[in-house]
Amino acid sequence: MIRAFSYNEFLFLLSAVQWTLALSAIAFVGGATVGLFIALARTSDVKAVRLAATGYIQLFQGTPLLMQLFLVFFGATVMGFDLNPWAAAALGLTLNASAFLGEIWRGCIQSVPRGQWEAASALGLRYPGLMRYVILPQAVKVAVPPTVGFLVQLIKSTSLAAIIGFTELTRAGQIVNNATFQPFLVFGIVAALYFAMCWPLSLLSARLERRYAVATR
Amino acid sequence: MAPAYDSTDAPVPRPVSGEVVIRMEGVQKWYDSFHVLKDIELEVRKGERIVICGPSGSGKSTLIRCINQLEKHQKGTITVNGITLDSHHRHLDQVRREVGMVFQQFNLFPHLTVIQNCMLAPMKVRGTTKAEAQAIAMKYLERVRIPEQADKYPGQLSGGQQQRVAIARSLCMNPKVMLFDEPTSALDPEMVKEVLDTMIGLAEDGMTMLCVTHEMGFAKSVADRVIFMDRGEIVEQAIPAEFFSNPKSERTRNFLGQILSH
Repeated sequence: MIRAFSYNEFLFLLSAVQWTLALSAIAFVGGATVGLFIALARTSDVKAVRLAATGYIQLFQGTPLLMQLFLVFFGATVMGFDLNPWAAAALGLTLNASAFLGEIWRGCIQSVPRGQWEAASALGLRYPGLMRYVILPQAVKVAVPPTVGFLVQLIKSTSLAAIIGFTELTRAGQIVNNATFQPFLVFGIVAALYFAMCWPLSLLSARLERRYAVATR
Repeated sequence: MAPAYDSTDAPVPRPVSGEVVIRMEGVQKWYDSFHVLKDIELEVRKGERIVICGPSGSGKSTLIRCINQLEKHQKGTITVNGITLDSHHRHLDQVRREVGMVFQQFNLFPHLTVIQNCMLAPMKVRGTTKAEAQAIAMKYLERVRIPEQADKYPGQLSGGQQQRVAIARSLCMNPKVMLFDEPTSALDPEMVKEVLDTMIGLAEDGMTMLCVTHEMGFAKSVADRVIFMDRGEIVEQAIPAEFFSNPKSERTRNFLGQILSH
C-alpha cells in the first residue's frame, strides 16, 4: 500500500535525527576515551606498546567500517551473546572512532616541540605530570579543529548502522521510502537533515582553526 | 650590576675545595656508529663554575645533557650528589630534582604564564602548596629582575626576558647544580648581556655551574675552569688565564684562533 509523503512522514524522519545524534555522541565519547589511550600508546617509549597501538590503528583504518559493524554484530552472536543493533553499532563505531582519533591525536602530541618534553623532564616531572600539565594542554589546542572535523565524518558514518538494522536517520528514510516510493524526495530530505547537523560543525571547525592560528602566532 | 664579563683582566684563580658534586668516569656514548663521547673523565666540585667550549658537534651539549640524562650514556658512570645514574627511575628523579637546566631555545611552557611556569615544578614535583610556590616564584622572578612580567605569557616577552624566566624557573627548584646549554646563542646581540649578567649574579652567589657557551668574555671573567672539547674528547682543561694565554694543544690553539680572530 502506497502512502503519500506527508507531514507525518517528515516528523518521523525528524525524530530519527535524535538516534543519529545519540549514536554519534556515544561513539564520540567512547572513541575519545579509548582514543586518548591509543594516542598515548602510540607515543610511548615502550616499543611493544607502540607496536600494539599501531596494529590496532592499522586494523581499523585498513578495513571498511561496514565490515567492522558486521563483525561486531554477527561476531557477538557467534561468541554466544546477543548484541542488539543499537549496542553493536555503538561498540563498532566506538572502536572505529578510537583508532582514527588515536591517530589524529598522536600527531598532535608529537607536534609539541621536543624541547617542551626536555624542559619538563629536566624540572623533574615524570610521565603522568609531564603529559598532563605540559604536553597535553598544548596538544589539545592543535587537536580541536581536526577533532571537530572528524566528528562530522563520524555523524555521517552512523548511517551505516542502518544496514545492521538500527533505526537512525538513514534507516528511517528507507522505511518511509518503502511506504511512499518517493526516493528522491525522501533521501533528499534525509541528506538535508545530515547537512543541517554537519554544516554547523564544519563552520565551527574552520573557526577554531582560525582562532588557534591567531593564538599561536 | 657591573658587566664583569667584558673585563679583560684575568681573575685570580679561586681555590675550590668543596665536595665533588658531579663525577663522570669513563663515560662513553654513541649515536648509532658515531662516537659522540669518548672516555669522559670529569669532576666538578661544589661552587665550581665551568665553561665548556669547542666546535659544533664536539659533544659538549651531549656531555651536560648526560648529567640529567636527557641523553643516556652507554658506558661509564655518572654520579651526581652521590647518586649514581643507573636504570633506577628513582635515582634519575632524585638527580633531576637537584639539577637545573637552561636551554638555548628557552623552552618555556607557552600555555602557562610566567609565574605558572615557575610554580609548576615546585608544586607537582616537590609538592609545595600554591601559596609557597607563588612566593618562591616571585622571589626568583625578582632575582632575575622581571617580577612585573609575572602574569604575561612567554610569547609576550623578548628573548632575553624569556631566558631570564627560564633561569628563574630552574632556580625555583632550588637546584644544587645549574647546567646551561648555549643560553645566549639564540638571542639577539643586545639581549646577551642581560642574560650573562643574571648568570654572573648566580656565580657570585656560589652556584655550581656548567655552561656550554661561546661567550669567551664570560669564560675569562667567571669560570674557574675552561674545558675544551673536540670530537667527543676533553682535549684540555685549565684555569681561564692559562687556557686563553697558553693553550697546550694544537686543536685548542686552532679553535681559539678561529673564535678570537674577529
